[in-house]
Amino acid sequence: MLERRELASSWRRERWDSLRLLTPNWQSRLPGIAYEGGDPDGYMTAPEVAELIERFAQTARVPVRTGTDVSSLRRAGDDGYRVMTEHGEIHARTVVIASGACNLPAVPAYAEAVPAGVEQITPLRYRNPDQLPDGGVLVVGASATGVQLAAEITRSGRPVTMSVGEHVRLPRTYRGRDVLWWMDASGVWDERHDEVEDLTRARRLPSPQLVGTPERTTLDLGALAALGVELVGRWASVRDGLALFSGGLRNVCSLADLKMNRLLVGFDEWARTSGADAQVDPPERFAPTEPPSSPRWQLDLRSGQIRTILWATGFRPDYRWLDVPVLDAKGRLRHDGGVVDSPGMYALGLPVLRRRRSTFLCGIEDDAREVIGELGGYLAHDPVCA
Amino acid sequence: MSTAIDNGVNVQALLDARETLAGAPEAAQFTWRASSKWQNGVHSTTSIQNYFGLGEEQSHKTETVFDADHPEVFAAEDNGITPIEYLLVGLSSCLTAGVASVAQNRGIQLRSVEATVEGNHDVRGILGDADVRNGFNDIKVTFDIDADASEEEIAALVAQSQKRSAVFDALTNPTEVTVALA
Repeated sequence: MLERRELASSWRRERWDSLRLLTPNWQSRLPGIAYEGGDPDGYMTAPEVAELIERFAQTARVPVRTGTDVSSLRRAGDDGYRVMTEHGEIHARTVVIASGACNLPAVPAYAEAVPAGVEQITPLRYRNPDQLPDGGVLVVGASATGVQLAAEITRSGRPVTMSVGEHVRLPRTYRGRDVLWWMDASGVWDERHDEVEDLTRARRLPSPQLVGTPERTTLDLGALAALGVELVGRWASVRDGLALFSGGLRNVCSLADLKMNRLLVGFDEWARTSGADAQVDPPERFAPTEPPSSPRWQLDLRSGQIRTILWATGFRPDYRWLDVPVLDAKGRLRHDGGVVDSPGMYALGLPVLRRRRSTFLCGIEDDAREVIGELGGYLAHDPVCA
Repeated sequence: MSTAIDNGVNVQALLDARETLAGAPEAAQFTWRASSKWQNGVHSTTSIQNYFGLGEEQSHKTETVFDADHPEVFAAEDNGITPIEYLLVGLSSCLTAGVASVAQNRGIQLRSVEATVEGNHDVRGILGDADVRNGFNDIKVTFDIDADASEEEIAALVAQSQKRSAVFDALTNPTEVTVALA
């Protein structure tokens, strides 16, 4: 196993200070390591996640070569792959790509048209509000990262405007249980990649508007508006120094409300038929999101009102080292449940790789077992060793 | 389920097209065209017949000609609707088509779909008041839908229709517009 820096390095270097996992501790398990601490309903910090991964590597005696950055990976004729690293070349009959889905910030092209006086920062470099100049902050994106950082920066005293596109609204708790307990228990997370109705869409789904706090508070758009965050539509373009926002904010709010309610209806049905009704509080419904009646659709970036733009617009994988033609026209890895479109090549840790829980810590065990099963079958039938 | 109901939308053809065009993005590039001719005063006629798509020139079955003018309260002759009203035609027809398509895809039988569109417009802008914008201040669309579906399902039809609407996007997001001399 090759690791470009030290174990769990992205958890040590690429997370903001206040970050906690979205999953409660009892769900943050790895094969053979269940949570045994005193706060099963709490949420791990990034150093705690790094420590968990390190502990797993030791317990499972994973042969990790740290400080080994892969500069390129290519086919070795019909005989597996050649992996070029800074410490020399490795030959591998099979390869598992587990480099993640969030290596690079996905910043829109119009960022180049932002006037020079406005600072721009991505979540990979953001640590805490003290890093930012005083003055207004435009947070772009309303998934987990965007809502968490908008709240934190607002509390630091800086006025925050948040640009909101399509998003996933969730309450932190539902009927007295963590909403991710429901995702787990009701089977939503077990839905398989070959059962999901629109897999492309499921794989692009933004992270839900959740934050892990001791109070288990909900951090949806209503909560942000109550904190004083100004909500605007999806940022469409920059023209003559003006940021132009979509006039469709109301509809993205409606879409998110409708989807949340469908999910809750599904939870209620599951609770009724499974008998879980007795263990949870009565069904509840949440007030519809009330977007501002006339949100602004432009903002003069030269006026000094906005000093910083924080791009919470998502991430993309970095495959620049992958010299095998396995990416589609949009730069995504072509794979079927982790079996990549090249003999002997596999992937793990991508959104909805084999089931909806694939990108959560508790999702890797089943995925890894099945993908490594495929890999073992390939080796058993590989003509080179037969 | 979706075969049992019929809103007259060939959803299968649309789904097939989505799949085909995903692998052939160049064929997905369409150019829509209209040609206008000044008549007299603020009256013009605009003809539409040809467009480009699927890699070649295409043609509607017949040419359609639209009259645009301004009403008598604008001291005009009212030979046709006001240009900005054509935006309402585009928006409501696009959203209505979307409702029908999404309903077909979701197996929802429609009985009637009616939309009322209101665009609020401060005309001092076009008369030269620099503090007032020329276009709509806001637009409100109200749907009245009778269908074999729950209230939530109908709300979801309308929301999804906006999400997939070309005209909703064109009105809510800025578009680069170039006007040149031939």
